[in-house]
Amino acid sequence: MKKYYFLLITILFVSQLFSQDKYLTKEGFVSFFSHSLVEDIKADNNQVLSIIDTKTGEIAIQLLMKSFLFKKSLMQEHFNENYIESHKYPKAKFKGIILNYEQLNEQINETEIKGILSIHGEEKEISTIVIVDIQMDEIIITGEFTVEVADFNIKIPSVVINNIAKTIKLTFEFHHKPYKK
Amino acid sequence: MKKLVLFIFIFGLNFNSFSQELEDILEQEAPDYTTLTTGTFNGTRIMNGHSVETRKKGILEFLISHRFGRINSGIDDLFGLDDSNIRFGFEYAFTDNLTIALGRSSFEKTYDGYIKYRVLKQKTGENDFPISLTLFGSATEKTIKDYDPENKPTFSDRLAFTSQILLARKFNSNFSFQIMPTYIHFNTVPTTADPNDIIALGFGTRIKISKRISLNAEYYYTFNPFESIDTKNSLALGMDIETGGHIFQLIFTNSRSMIEKGFIAETTGEFFKGDIHFGFNISRAFQIKKPEEKEKLY
Repeated sequence: MKKYYFLLITILFVSQLFSQDKYLTKEGFVSFFSHSLVEDIKADNNQVLSIIDTKTGEIAIQLLMKSFLFKKSLMQEHFNENYIESHKYPKAKFKGIILNYEQLNEQINETEIKGILSIHGEEKEISTIVIVDIQMDEIIITGEFTVEVADFNIKIPSVVINNIAKTIKLTFEFHHKPYKK
Repeated sequence: MKKLVLFIFIFGLNFNSFSQELEDILEQEAPDYTTLTTGTFNGTRIMNGHSVETRKKGILEFLISHRFGRINSGIDDLFGLDDSNIRFGFEYAFTDNLTIALGRSSFEKTYDGYIKYRVLKQKTGENDFPISLTLFGSATEKTIKDYDPENKPTFSDRLAFTSQILLARKFNSNFSFQIMPTYIHFNTVPTTADPNDIIALGFGTRIKISKRISLNAEYYYTFNPFESIDTKNSLALGMDIETGGHIFQLIFTNSRSMIEKGFIAETTGEFFKGDIHFGFNISRAFQIKKPEEKEKLY
Protein backbone atom coordinates (compact mmCIF):
# COMPACT_ATOMS: atom_id res chain seq x y z
CA MET A 1 0.00 0.00 0.00
CA LYS A 2 2.70 2.45 1.04
CA LYS A 3 4.58 1.60 -2.13
CA TYR A 4 1.60 2.66 -4.19
CA TYR A 5 1.36 5.99 -2.43
CA PHE A 6 5.05 6.51 -2.95
CA LEU A 7 4.58 5.75 -6.64
CA LEU A 8 1.64 8.14 -6.90
CA ILE A 9 3.49 10.96 -5.22
CA THR A 10 6.51 10.34 -7.43
CA ILE A 11 4.35 10.51 -10.56
CA LEU A 12 2.81 13.69 -9.27
CA PHE A 13 6.19 15.26 -8.71
CA VAL A 14 7.68 14.02 -11.94
CA SER A 15 4.79 15.33 -13.97
CA GLN A 16 5.15 18.66 -12.19
CA LEU A 17 8.82 18.68 -13.10
CA PHE A 18 8.04 17.99 -16.72
CA SER A 19 5.54 20.76 -16.78
CA GLN A 20 8.38 23.21 -16.26
CA ASP A 21 8.98 23.05 -20.01
CA LYS A 22 7.14 26.25 -20.68
CA TYR A 23 7.92 29.09 -23.02
CA LEU A 24 6.57 32.57 -22.43
CA THR A 25 6.48 35.97 -24.07
CA LYS A 26 5.16 39.25 -22.74
CA GLU A 27 5.87 41.20 -25.90
CA GLY A 28 3.84 39.26 -28.41
CA PHE A 29 2.43 41.06 -31.40
CA VAL A 30 -1.18 40.99 -32.52
CA SER A 31 -2.57 43.24 -35.21
CA PHE A 32 -6.00 43.53 -36.72
CA PHE A 33 -7.05 44.95 -40.00
CA SER A 34 -10.46 45.97 -41.27
CA HIS A 35 -10.83 46.86 -44.90
CA SER A 36 -13.85 48.66 -46.24
CA LEU A 37 -14.56 50.90 -49.20
CA VAL A 38 -14.67 53.92 -46.92
CA GLU A 39 -11.54 53.37 -44.88
CA ASP A 40 -8.97 50.89 -43.66
CA ILE A 41 -8.62 50.47 -39.93
CA LYS A 42 -5.52 48.93 -38.41
CA ALA A 43 -4.44 48.53 -34.81
CA ASP A 44 -1.36 46.96 -33.25
CA ASN A 45 -0.75 45.48 -29.86
CA ASN A 46 2.84 44.80 -28.80
CA GLN A 47 2.15 43.72 -25.26
CA VAL A 48 0.52 40.36 -25.74
CA LEU A 49 1.21 37.56 -23.28
CA SER A 50 1.51 34.04 -24.61
CA ILE A 51 2.68 30.78 -23.04
CA ILE A 52 3.30 27.33 -24.54
CA ASP A 53 3.64 24.04 -22.76
CA THR A 54 6.10 22.12 -24.93
CA LYS A 55 5.09 18.79 -23.36
CA THR A 56 1.49 19.00 -24.46
CA GLY A 57 1.47 21.64 -27.18
CA GLU A 58 -1.01 23.64 -25.20
CA ILE A 59 -1.01 27.38 -25.61
CA ALA A 60 -2.66 30.24 -23.71
CA ILE A 61 -2.72 33.85 -24.89
CA GLN A 62 -4.12 37.01 -23.38
CA LEU A 63 -4.01 40.68 -24.19
CA LEU A 64 -5.42 43.97 -22.97
CA MET A 65 -7.86 45.60 -25.37
CA LYS A 66 -6.67 49.05 -24.27
CA SER A 67 -3.18 48.23 -25.54
CA PHE A 68 -4.29 48.27 -29.16
CA LEU A 69 -2.86 51.39 -30.77
CA PHE A 70 -4.66 53.03 -33.68
CA LYS A 71 -3.52 55.68 -36.15
CA LYS A 72 -6.44 57.88 -35.15
CA SER A 73 -6.82 58.39 -31.43
CA LEU A 74 -10.55 58.95 -31.74
CA MET A 75 -10.89 55.52 -33.34
CA GLN A 76 -9.04 54.06 -30.39
CA GLU A 77 -11.44 55.78 -28.01
CA HIS A 78 -14.49 54.52 -29.88
CA PHE A 79 -13.03 51.02 -30.13
CA ASN A 80 -12.65 50.90 -26.35
CA GLU A 81 -15.76 52.82 -25.36
CA ASN A 82 -18.39 51.74 -27.86
CA TYR A 83 -17.43 48.56 -29.62
CA ILE A 84 -15.24 46.37 -27.46
CA GLU A 85 -16.34 47.97 -24.15
CA SER A 86 -12.95 47.44 -22.56
CA HIS A 87 -14.14 48.68 -19.16
CA LYS A 88 -16.41 45.63 -19.02
CA TYR A 89 -14.28 43.19 -21.02
CA PRO A 90 -10.69 44.36 -20.58
CA LYS A 91 -9.02 41.26 -22.00
CA ALA A 92 -9.15 39.00 -25.01
CA LYS A 93 -8.06 35.43 -24.36
CA PHE A 94 -7.24 32.34 -26.31
CA LYS A 95 -6.61 28.87 -25.02
CA GLY A 96 -5.97 25.97 -27.25
CA ILE A 97 -3.63 23.35 -28.51
CA ILE A 98 -1.01 23.22 -31.23
CA LEU A 99 -1.82 19.98 -33.03
CA ASN A 100 0.97 17.43 -33.58
CA TYR A 101 3.35 19.57 -31.60
CA GLU A 102 5.79 16.71 -30.94
CA GLN A 103 6.19 16.01 -34.66
CA LEU A 104 7.32 19.51 -35.50
CA ASN A 105 10.93 20.11 -36.48
CA GLU A 106 13.02 22.28 -38.79
CA GLN A 107 11.55 20.74 -41.94
CA ILE A 108 7.94 20.47 -40.86
CA ASN A 109 6.94 23.65 -39.11
CA GLU A 110 3.40 24.12 -40.36
CA THR A 111 0.57 22.85 -38.26
CA GLU A 112 -2.87 23.70 -37.05
CA ILE A 113 -3.84 25.44 -33.88
CA LYS A 114 -7.25 24.87 -32.36
CA GLY A 115 -8.93 26.46 -29.44
CA ILE A 116 -11.36 28.90 -27.95
CA LEU A 117 -11.07 32.63 -28.51
CA SER A 118 -12.93 34.89 -26.12
CA ILE A 119 -13.50 38.55 -26.92
CA HIS A 120 -16.16 40.92 -25.57
CA GLY A 121 -17.51 38.21 -23.27
CA GLU A 122 -18.23 35.84 -26.16
CA GLU A 123 -16.44 32.57 -26.83
CA LYS A 124 -15.83 31.14 -30.25
CA GLU A 125 -14.00 28.03 -31.36
CA ILE A 126 -11.38 28.77 -33.98
CA SER A 127 -8.71 26.85 -35.82
CA THR A 128 -6.03 28.20 -38.10
CA ILE A 129 -2.75 27.27 -39.76
CA VAL A 130 0.35 28.43 -37.88
CA ILE A 131 4.06 28.32 -38.47
CA VAL A 132 5.91 27.05 -35.42
CA ASP A 133 9.61 27.73 -35.59
CA ILE A 134 11.37 25.82 -32.81
CA GLN A 135 14.88 27.05 -32.08
CA MET A 136 17.38 26.43 -29.31
CA ASP A 137 16.06 29.02 -26.91
CA GLU A 138 13.08 30.41 -28.75
CA ILE A 139 9.76 29.20 -30.12
CA ILE A 140 8.34 31.53 -32.73
CA ILE A 141 4.69 31.22 -33.69
CA THR A 142 3.27 33.24 -36.55
CA GLY A 143 0.03 33.14 -38.46
CA GLU A 144 -3.12 34.92 -39.44
CA PHE A 145 -6.82 34.21 -39.39
CA THR A 146 -10.12 36.01 -39.73
CA VAL A 147 -13.00 36.56 -37.34
CA GLU A 148 -16.53 37.73 -37.89
CA VAL A 149 -17.45 40.86 -35.92
CA ALA A 150 -20.98 39.49 -35.46
CA ASP A 151 -19.69 36.36 -33.68
CA PHE A 152 -18.59 38.44 -30.72
CA ASN A 153 -21.79 40.40 -30.18
CA ILE A 154 -20.18 43.68 -31.25
CA LYS A 155 -22.81 46.01 -32.60
CA ILE A 156 -21.92 48.44 -35.35
CA PRO A 157 -24.32 51.38 -35.67
CA SER A 158 -25.84 51.88 -39.10
CA VAL A 159 -24.11 55.25 -39.65
CA VAL A 160 -20.66 53.64 -39.69
CA ILE A 161 -21.67 50.26 -41.10
CA ASN A 162 -19.73 50.98 -44.30
CA ASN A 163 -16.61 52.02 -42.40
CA ILE A 164 -16.06 48.75 -40.56
CA ALA A 165 -15.56 45.40 -42.25
CA LYS A 166 -17.73 42.46 -41.21
CA THR A 167 -14.69 40.18 -41.31
CA ILE A 168 -11.55 41.29 -39.50
CA LYS A 169 -8.14 39.91 -40.35
CA LEU A 170 -5.81 39.20 -37.46
CA THR A 171 -2.08 38.59 -37.66
CA PHE A 172 0.11 37.44 -34.81
CA GLU A 173 3.73 36.80 -34.01
CA PHE A 174 5.02 35.48 -30.68
CA HIS A 175 8.67 34.95 -29.77
CA HIS A 176 8.52 32.69 -26.74
CA LYS A 177 11.51 32.37 -24.41
CA PRO A 178 12.03 29.67 -21.78
CA TYR A 179 9.92 30.45 -18.76
CA LYS A 180 11.56 30.35 -15.35
CA LYS A 181 9.59 30.85 -12.20
CA MET B 1 -9.51 -1.90 -7.78
CA LYS B 2 -9.96 0.96 -5.35
CA LYS B 3 -6.32 1.78 -5.66
CA LEU B 4 -6.53 1.84 -9.42
CA VAL B 5 -9.44 4.31 -9.25
CA LEU B 6 -7.46 6.46 -6.87
CA PHE B 7 -4.46 6.21 -9.15
CA ILE B 8 -6.43 7.29 -12.23
CA PHE B 9 -8.16 9.99 -10.28
CA ILE B 10 -4.96 11.60 -9.04
CA PHE B 11 -3.16 11.13 -12.31
CA GLY B 12 -6.12 12.49 -14.24
CA LEU B 13 -6.50 15.45 -11.93
CA ASN B 14 -2.86 16.24 -12.34
CA PHE B 15 -3.11 16.04 -16.10
CA ASN B 16 -6.23 18.16 -16.36
CA SER B 17 -4.69 20.96 -14.42
CA PHE B 18 -2.21 21.79 -17.18
CA SER B 19 -4.33 24.16 -19.19
CA GLN B 20 -5.56 25.96 -16.12
CA GLU B 21 -1.96 26.24 -14.97
CA LEU B 22 -0.92 27.99 -18.19
CA GLU B 23 -3.67 30.55 -17.72
CA ASP B 24 -2.71 31.04 -14.09
CA ILE B 25 0.86 31.76 -15.12
CA LEU B 26 -0.33 34.35 -17.61
CA GLU B 27 -2.45 36.02 -14.93
CA GLN B 28 0.59 36.14 -12.63
CA GLU B 29 2.90 37.42 -15.32
CA ALA B 30 0.51 40.09 -16.57
CA PRO B 31 1.91 43.43 -15.41
CA ASP B 32 -0.28 45.33 -12.99
CA TYR B 33 -1.39 48.07 -15.33
CA THR B 34 -2.55 51.48 -14.33
CA THR B 35 -5.13 52.49 -16.89
CA LEU B 36 -6.33 55.98 -17.56
CA THR B 37 -10.05 56.46 -17.26
CA THR B 38 -11.17 57.63 -20.68
CA GLY B 39 -14.42 59.17 -21.80
CA THR B 40 -15.49 60.92 -18.59
CA PHE B 41 -17.52 63.09 -20.94
CA ASN B 42 -18.20 62.50 -24.63
CA GLY B 43 -16.86 65.81 -25.78
CA THR B 44 -14.98 68.89 -24.68
CA ARG B 45 -18.27 70.55 -23.64
CA ILE B 46 -20.83 69.29 -21.14
CA MET B 47 -23.48 71.64 -22.52
CA ASN B 48 -22.56 75.34 -22.65
CA GLY B 49 -19.39 74.98 -20.62
CA HIS B 50 -16.28 72.88 -20.78
CA SER B 51 -15.77 69.36 -19.52
CA VAL B 52 -12.44 68.02 -18.26
CA GLU B 53 -11.88 66.34 -21.61
CA THR B 54 -9.22 67.49 -24.03
CA ARG B 55 -8.55 66.04 -27.44
CA LYS B 56 -5.58 63.83 -28.18
CA LYS B 57 -2.44 65.37 -29.63
CA GLY B 58 -2.73 66.45 -33.24
CA ILE B 59 -6.51 66.70 -33.38
CA LEU B 60 -8.15 69.83 -34.72
CA GLU B 61 -11.73 70.07 -33.62
CA PHE B 62 -14.10 72.27 -35.53
CA LEU B 63 -17.02 73.17 -33.34
CA ILE B 64 -20.18 74.87 -34.54
CA SER B 65 -22.70 75.93 -31.93
CA HIS B 66 -26.10 77.46 -32.41
CA ARG B 67 -28.56 78.99 -29.98
CA PHE B 68 -31.93 80.04 -31.26
CA GLY B 69 -34.23 82.61 -29.70
CA ARG B 70 -36.54 81.96 -26.79
CA ILE B 71 -39.09 79.19 -27.18
CA ASN B 72 -41.76 81.36 -25.52
CA SER B 73 -41.43 84.03 -28.23
CA GLY B 74 -44.34 82.23 -29.89
CA ILE B 75 -45.40 81.16 -33.35
CA ASP B 76 -44.61 84.54 -34.90
CA ASP B 77 -40.88 83.85 -34.37
CA LEU B 78 -41.42 80.10 -34.89
CA PHE B 79 -40.63 79.53 -31.21
CA GLY B 80 -37.32 81.31 -31.47
CA LEU B 81 -36.03 79.68 -34.62
CA ASP B 82 -36.10 83.01 -36.51
CA ASP B 83 -33.54 84.40 -34.15
CA SER B 84 -30.27 82.51 -34.26
CA ASN B 85 -26.79 83.13 -33.09
CA ILE B 86 -23.74 81.08 -33.86
CA ARG B 87 -20.29 80.43 -32.52
CA PHE B 88 -17.70 78.58 -34.50
CA GLY B 89 -14.36 77.62 -33.12
CA PHE B 90 -11.14 75.95 -34.11
CA GLU B 91 -9.67 74.02 -31.24
CA TYR B 92 -6.27 72.39 -31.66
CA ALA B 93 -4.67 69.87 -29.31
CA PHE B 94 -0.95 70.62 -29.19
CA THR B 95 -0.45 67.73 -26.77
CA ASP B 96 -2.81 65.23 -25.17
CA ASN B 97 -3.13 67.68 -22.29
CA LEU B 98 -3.03 71.10 -23.93
CA THR B 99 -5.65 72.63 -26.21
CA ILE B 100 -5.60 76.17 -27.57
CA ALA B 101 -8.63 77.54 -29.37
CA LEU B 102 -10.05 80.54 -31.15
CA GLY B 103 -13.71 81.21 -31.66
CA ARG B 104 -16.15 83.84 -32.75
CA SER B 105 -19.70 84.33 -31.60
CA SER B 106 -22.25 86.31 -33.57
CA PHE B 107 -23.85 87.33 -30.26
CA GLU B 108 -22.29 90.73 -29.44
CA LYS B 109 -19.75 89.96 -32.21
CA THR B 110 -17.40 88.46 -29.68
CA TYR B 111 -14.04 86.85 -30.34
CA ASP B 112 -12.73 84.41 -27.79
CA GLY B 113 -9.61 82.41 -27.22
CA TYR B 114 -8.90 79.84 -24.59
CA ILE B 115 -6.20 77.63 -23.19
CA LYS B 116 -7.17 74.39 -21.56
CA TYR B 117 -4.68 72.22 -19.71
CA ARG B 118 -5.25 68.79 -18.24
CA VAL B 119 -3.36 68.55 -14.99
CA LEU B 120 -4.55 65.33 -13.38
CA LYS B 121 -6.22 62.28 -14.82
CA GLN B 122 -8.41 59.73 -13.17
CA LYS B 123 -6.75 56.29 -13.14
CA THR B 124 -7.51 52.78 -12.07
CA GLY B 125 -5.13 49.93 -11.31
CA GLU B 126 -1.87 50.00 -9.42
CA ASN B 127 -1.50 53.78 -9.12
CA ASP B 128 -5.14 54.74 -9.03
CA PHE B 129 -6.31 58.31 -8.76
CA PRO B 130 -9.94 59.28 -8.08
CA ILE B 131 -10.48 62.46 -10.13
CA SER B 132 -9.53 64.40 -13.22
CA LEU B 133 -8.52 68.05 -12.98
CA THR B 134 -8.34 70.46 -15.90
CA LEU B 135 -7.52 74.17 -15.85
CA PHE B 136 -9.31 76.51 -18.19
CA GLY B 137 -8.58 80.12 -19.02
CA SER B 138 -10.20 82.30 -21.65
CA ALA B 139 -10.16 85.87 -22.91
CA THR B 140 -13.00 87.44 -24.85
CA GLU B 141 -13.26 90.65 -26.82
CA LYS B 142 -16.64 92.15 -27.56
CA THR B 143 -16.58 94.00 -30.88
CA ILE B 144 -20.21 95.01 -31.36
CA LYS B 145 -20.55 98.79 -31.79
CA ASP B 146 -23.22 99.25 -29.13
CA TYR B 147 -21.55 102.27 -27.53
CA ASP B 148 -21.95 105.99 -27.80
CA PRO B 149 -19.61 107.17 -30.63
CA GLU B 150 -18.43 110.03 -28.40
CA ASN B 151 -17.28 107.57 -25.80
CA LYS B 152 -15.48 104.84 -27.74
CA PRO B 153 -14.12 102.09 -25.47
CA THR B 154 -10.54 100.90 -25.93
CA PHE B 155 -9.61 97.32 -26.84
CA SER B 156 -8.79 96.53 -23.26
CA ASP B 157 -12.07 98.02 -22.01
CA ARG B 158 -13.96 95.33 -23.86
CA LEU B 159 -11.98 92.37 -22.60
CA ALA B 160 -13.28 89.82 -20.13
CA PHE B 161 -11.41 86.88 -18.64
CA THR B 162 -12.60 83.57 -17.26
CA SER B 163 -10.63 81.11 -15.15
CA GLN B 164 -12.01 77.75 -14.17
CA ILE B 165 -10.91 74.69 -12.29
CA LEU B 166 -12.72 71.68 -13.69
CA LEU B 167 -12.88 68.72 -11.33
CA ALA B 168 -14.56 65.54 -12.52
CA ARG B 169 -14.99 61.94 -11.64
CA LYS B 170 -16.34 59.13 -13.78
CA PHE B 171 -18.14 57.05 -11.18
CA ASN B 172 -18.94 54.27 -13.62
CA SER B 173 -19.27 53.94 -17.35
CA ASN B 174 -22.72 55.58 -17.26
CA PHE B 175 -22.36 58.32 -14.68
CA SER B 176 -19.89 61.20 -14.52
CA PHE B 177 -20.02 64.32 -12.37
CA GLN B 178 -18.09 67.57 -12.55
CA ILE B 179 -17.66 70.64 -10.34
CA MET B 180 -16.42 73.95 -11.77
CA PRO B 181 -15.25 76.76 -9.46
CA THR B 182 -15.18 79.82 -11.70
CA TYR B 183 -13.71 83.32 -11.56
CA ILE B 184 -14.66 85.91 -14.17
CA HIS B 185 -13.12 89.35 -14.53
CA PHE B 186 -14.65 92.14 -16.62
CA ASN B 187 -12.37 95.03 -17.49
CA THR B 188 -15.40 97.29 -17.62
CA VAL B 189 -18.90 96.79 -16.26
CA PRO B 190 -22.19 98.57 -17.12
CA THR B 191 -22.48 100.61 -13.90
CA THR B 192 -20.35 101.24 -10.84
CA ALA B 193 -22.71 99.09 -8.78
CA ASP B 194 -21.70 96.02 -10.78
CA PRO B 195 -18.81 93.87 -9.63
CA ASN B 196 -15.80 93.55 -11.93
CA ASP B 197 -15.02 90.16 -10.46
CA ILE B 198 -17.63 87.45 -10.40
CA ILE B 199 -17.35 84.17 -8.57
CA ALA B 200 -19.48 81.22 -9.59
CA LEU B 201 -19.69 77.50 -8.98
CA GLY B 202 -20.85 75.10 -11.66
CA PHE B 203 -22.08 71.53 -11.60
CA GLY B 204 -22.34 69.23 -14.56
CA THR B 205 -23.24 65.63 -15.14
CA ARG B 206 -23.53 63.03 -17.86
CA ILE B 207 -25.79 60.01 -17.66
CA LYS B 208 -25.39 57.53 -20.49
CA ILE B 209 -28.63 55.93 -21.56
CA SER B 210 -27.16 53.94 -24.42
CA LYS B 211 -23.73 53.47 -25.96
CA ARG B 212 -24.10 56.53 -28.13
CA ILE B 213 -26.68 58.67 -26.34
CA SER B 214 -26.34 60.41 -23.02
CA LEU B 215 -28.35 62.93 -21.04
CA ASN B 216 -26.40 65.93 -19.80
CA ALA B 217 -27.14 68.71 -17.35
CA GLU B 218 -25.18 71.77 -16.31
CA TYR B 219 -25.87 74.50 -13.77
CA TYR B 220 -23.85 77.55 -12.73
CA TYR B 221 -24.57 79.34 -9.47
CA THR B 222 -23.29 82.93 -9.37
CA PHE B 223 -22.42 84.24 -5.90
CA ASN B 224 -22.25 87.96 -6.73
CA PRO B 225 -24.27 88.65 -9.90
CA PHE B 226 -24.50 91.97 -11.74
CA GLU B 227 -26.73 94.53 -10.06
CA SER B 228 -27.77 96.69 -13.02
CA ILE B 229 -29.21 93.81 -15.04
CA ASP B 230 -31.51 91.12 -13.74
CA THR B 231 -29.31 88.05 -14.22
CA LYS B 232 -30.23 84.43 -13.60
CA ASN B 233 -28.16 81.36 -12.97
CA SER B 234 -27.41 79.40 -16.10
CA LEU B 235 -29.10 76.05 -16.56
CA ALA B 236 -28.72 73.72 -19.51
CA LEU B 237 -30.32 70.35 -20.14
CA GLY B 238 -29.78 68.21 -23.18
CA MET B 239 -28.32 65.20 -24.79
CA ASP B 240 -25.19 63.99 -26.60
CA ILE B 241 -25.46 61.86 -29.69
CA GLU B 242 -22.21 60.31 -30.79
CA THR B 243 -21.71 59.12 -34.35
CA GLY B 244 -18.20 58.19 -35.43
CA GLY B 245 -16.09 61.34 -35.74
CA HIS B 246 -19.02 63.61 -34.81
CA ILE B 247 -20.57 64.56 -31.54
CA PHE B 248 -23.96 66.14 -31.78
CA GLN B 249 -25.34 67.90 -28.71
CA LEU B 250 -28.93 69.11 -28.37
CA ILE B 251 -29.35 71.78 -25.74
CA PHE B 252 -32.16 73.55 -23.93
CA THR B 253 -30.82 76.47 -21.92
CA ASN B 254 -31.81 79.84 -20.53
CA SER B 255 -28.50 81.31 -21.76
CA ARG B 256 -28.05 82.95 -25.11
CA SER B 257 -24.27 83.20 -25.06
CA MET B 258 -22.00 80.23 -25.70
CA ILE B 259 -18.91 81.57 -24.01
CA GLU B 260 -18.21 81.39 -20.29
CA LYS B 261 -18.34 85.07 -19.33
CA GLY B 262 -21.63 85.33 -21.21
CA PHE B 263 -23.60 82.38 -19.98
CA ILE B 264 -22.27 82.40 -16.43
CA ALA B 265 -22.48 86.13 -15.72
CA GLU B 266 -24.93 87.60 -18.24
CA THR B 267 -27.80 85.11 -18.50
CA THR B 268 -31.13 86.85 -18.25
CA GLY B 269 -33.62 84.15 -19.21
CA GLU B 270 -35.77 82.45 -16.62
CA PHE B 271 -35.76 78.78 -17.54
CA PHE B 272 -38.96 77.77 -15.76
CA LYS B 273 -40.89 80.69 -17.25
CA GLY B 274 -40.12 79.43 -20.71
CA ASP B 275 -37.15 81.67 -21.56
CA ILE B 276 -35.50 78.66 -23.13
CA HIS B 277 -33.12 78.77 -26.04
CA PHE B 278 -32.96 75.63 -28.09
CA GLY B 279 -29.53 74.97 -29.57
CA PHE B 280 -26.95 72.49 -30.65
CA ASN B 281 -23.22 71.91 -30.79
CA ILE B 282 -21.72 69.93 -33.64
CA SER B 283 -18.14 68.88 -33.40
CA ARG B 284 -16.00 67.35 -36.08
CA ALA B 285 -12.52 66.12 -35.21
CA PHE B 286 -9.74 66.02 -37.78
CA GLN B 287 -6.53 64.16 -37.13
CA ILE B 288 -3.95 66.69 -38.34
CA LYS B 289 -0.88 64.96 -36.96
CA LYS B 290 -0.51 61.19 -36.67
CA PRO B 291 0.05 59.87 -33.16
CA GLU B 292 3.56 58.61 -32.46
CA GLU B 293 4.16 54.93 -33.13
CA LYS B 294 5.43 53.99 -29.69
CA GLU B 295 2.79 55.85 -27.76
CA LYS B 296 2.03 54.12 -24.47
CA LEU B 297 -1.36 54.25 -22.90
CA TYR B 298 -0.18 53.88 -19.33
